[in-house]
Amino acid sequence: MTFLRLESLTKRFGDTTAVDRLSLSLQRGEMLALLGPSGSGKTTTLRLLAGFESPDAGRVLVEDEDVTMVEPVARRFGMVFQHYALFPHLDVGENVAFGLESLRIRGPELHHRVARALALVDLAGFERRRIGQLSGGQQQRIALARALAPEPRVLLLDEPLSNLDPSLRERTRGEIRELIQRVGITTVLVTHEQDEAFDLGDRVAVLRGGFLEQVGSPEDLYASPANPFVAEFVGRSSRIEVTVLGPGERGVRVSVEGVEWELTDGAAPQGMFPAEGPALMVVRPEALRLTAPAPGAVAGTVAERQFTGAASLFTVATEAGARLEVTAPPRSVRPGDRVGIMPSRRSGGGIHLFPPSVA
Amino acid sequence: MSARRVDLLGSGLLLFLLWLIAYPLVLVLVEGFRGADGWTFDFVRQFLGRRNEAQALWGSLWISLATVVLAGAIGVPLAFLFSRYDFPGRRIVGGLVALPAVLPPLVGVLAFLFLYGESGFVSLLIQRIFRLDAPPWRLQGAGAILLVHAYSMYVYFYLFTRAGLAGLDASVFEAAASLGAGRWRTLRRVVLPLLLPALAGGALLTFMTALGSFSAPYIFGGGFRVMTTQIVATRLNGDDQLAMIETVSLTVIALVALWLLRGAATFESSAGGRKGVAPALMPVKRPIVRGIVGMLGWGLALLLLLPHLTLLLVSFVPAGTWTTEPLPPAYTWRNYLTLVEDPVRARPLLNSLWLATAATIAAVSIAVAAGVLSVRRRAKFGRTIEALLALPWAVPGTVFAIALATAFSVHAPLAGRFILVGTLWLLPVAYLVRNLPITSRAVLAGFRALDPSLDEAAATLGAGRWRTLRRVTLPLLRPAIVAGASLAFVTAFGDFVTSIMLYTYDTRPISLEILSSLRQSDVGVAAAYGVVLMAISAAVFALGADRGGTG
Repeated sequence: MTFLRLESLTKRFGDTTAVDRLSLSLQRGEMLALLGPSGSGKTTTLRLLAGFESPDAGRVLVEDEDVTMVEPVARRFGMVFQHYALFPHLDVGENVAFGLESLRIRGPELHHRVARALALVDLAGFERRRIGQLSGGQQQRIALARALAPEPRVLLLDEPLSNLDPSLRERTRGEIRELIQRVGITTVLVTHEQDEAFDLGDRVAVLRGGFLEQVGSPEDLYASPANPFVAEFVGRSSRIEVTVLGPGERGVRVSVEGVEWELTDGAAPQGMFPAEGPALMVVRPEALRLTAPAPGAVAGTVAERQFTGAASLFTVATEAGARLEVTAPPRSVRPGDRVGIMPSRRSGGGIHLFPPSVA
Repeated sequence: MSARRVDLLGSGLLLFLLWLIAYPLVLVLVEGFRGADGWTFDFVRQFLGRRNEAQALWGSLWISLATVVLAGAIGVPLAFLFSRYDFPGRRIVGGLVALPAVLPPLVGVLAFLFLYGESGFVSLLIQRIFRLDAPPWRLQGAGAILLVHAYSMYVYFYLFTRAGLAGLDASVFEAAASLGAGRWRTLRRVVLPLLLPALAGGALLTFMTALGSFSAPYIFGGGFRVMTTQIVATRLNGDDQLAMIETVSLTVIALVALWLLRGAATFESSAGGRKGVAPALMPVKRPIVRGIVGMLGWGLALLLLLPHLTLLLVSFVPAGTWTTEPLPPAYTWRNYLTLVEDPVRARPLLNSLWLATAATIAAVSIAVAAGVLSVRRRAKFGRTIEALLALPWAVPGTVFAIALATAFSVHAPLAGRFILVGTLWLLPVAYLVRNLPITSRAVLAGFRALDPSLDEAAATLGAGRWRTLRRVTLPLLRPAIVAGASLAFVTAFGDFVTSIMLYTYDTRPISLEILSSLRQSDVGVAAAYGVVLMAISAAVFALGADRGGTG
């Protein structure tokens, strides 16, 4: 059953529409990641949920109760801020107790609840520490403990990992995921990092210019993006203009710079191939392979190599001027080499065809 | 708090400030152009026709400009010396250099009188050494005023330049060096342009203070006229309307200066928030140079401390015992005991304390309200409110004294005018108005520095407006509030300019008691008042610096 629902939320600032008729729903205990570049409206959405902004249209419902106009003070949504917003003049215990005191919890019960919240984030016994003495990761956990202590109905996380060292992010990500699953709280998370969204979100909502482009599980988004924007924003990919020739034995035949390739059903967004004629092909690097220049392969010159570990990412400039990224073993070719590009044998997916009109 | 209520409260505050700050100034302007029967330019003609009016205006202008030049010539090199070079005693002397700041204007003048006046300490010493018949100089006229100004106002240049230098990133110097720029080229092309806002800020503050300076011209001026003293003299003569025109002319100069140097107002934002490593100090290595620099430093410190020490010394001298000896022959606690035991003489001390306290509390409350409404809640008239709060800074104290005395000498409640002249309340109101710029500057900067998400965090944790203000906002603002309040308190506590025009017998403050003691040749008691004033000011400053730093 739906626990939290956003019903065509709209927010305008002057002439710009920051959030445009956004509708989403979350199950109880589900974690939804709002993913998008800066200016996509994800932060505004989170602030609408928290009640810091009031929408120009639309509603926010929690268990069918309309909370759209409920002040943040009374909304009982917990929030972890991007820079944590811990109160620097209060110690850790006082910070965590702050929300509990709003609920008029006092005395031993208060102590008990604070201790429980700190134990939850693995910082038991930190009550009397000063905020300034904590590491970035600890501050983040205190911010979580403070938000969770009053047992809010919904938890909001604003770029929760952006303030941490890259080396610390992965571990913290795991801790947050595990903690939120244990608490079982319905959570909305905002991020511009695809890794973060995919790792933390049960589902991911991709936003652009205030619009919801697509919402789905990380696997769905990666395997069948609804449009080129999602395909390119989620995971690495390159784009090239092609011509659809017509149906083939197993899928569809396209002409890539004069070379004919046959693509399987997986390449069709929502199961529908674009009509014959020009189309846009978005390709993941692992869906292509490098060969010697040969018939049936798109010819090009290796322009760049990016070392990523077990495999390298090669950028190949085709003769018509497109640039395609291809994954291949590190030492197979060198910049300047003439190569051919073919669809990788094992890849069913990773290649997506879109009508030319949707940019 | 809904946006409508915020705007409503903002409008209320705006109206109050318009009434308190702008209205009296407008009234002065109006009165200066109104004769017995309608509008008139008579007083302007009178003003333009008199030679000594022009003299006074010119005097004010050139004294202020000369003060800026002198104060800059002393303060800027000192700041470079103390922030760029390391030598023995740098820290202590560097701190002592700011000492003139804790000397309220009138007390500074007093100390200079004891030191360099006709029968002053230094004058007598020189007279004796060179066996002169008369004192070597007379502490009077423009020279004397400039001496006092330079002594008390180079501190502005010193502090602004030091802050500017501290805000520079060391990598800027390193970059210049790696690009082959020598020391002078770096100074000329890199450091000075970066310091320009700081220097402009120092210049503006010095000019405004010098323009409004009253104590030094009043005591040392002799025949030399400046506008501030001219206004008081004209008013004593009963030429109220001429005084209004004089007031307007002084205000115009102040506003023109403010407009010319308006870029300096952004000084804080350009020098305050910069990140990076402060440049390392350059050690002075050669022993001879070290010795010379060290001695010069300590010599300078002694020179700067001389007024404070003299004041202290004189405060222990029994009345009439010290005449021609280089050092006083006798010492006593009598002068201080007089202050405590004689209820008539203890009264000014208590007066100054309660007046300054009341004015400070009111100024802080208004500044906090303005911060909440303008910075936090973005009320409609926020910018206007902030501009009004800063306005009294641009207007010399004498002008405000006249303005308030004019506005509140009539009972016309419908026109927003009440009789406060002659009551207890005019002086605290005047102090309040004069304090608003200092206090609100500090408090508003504090509000701006607060992370707005702290408020939002409190809200998501269920804290209402008052609890957030009490538990989060005010505690975090404490350093800014303490800093603003201590500055305001010290200014009000040592005030002489406004007090001399607005005091009543029941509110006579310390500064006026110093003046009257001096007139009765009760030098010891005057000095004792001065020491008390200085000590309390210094203590409050220290408290502000201490709390302001750690809170």
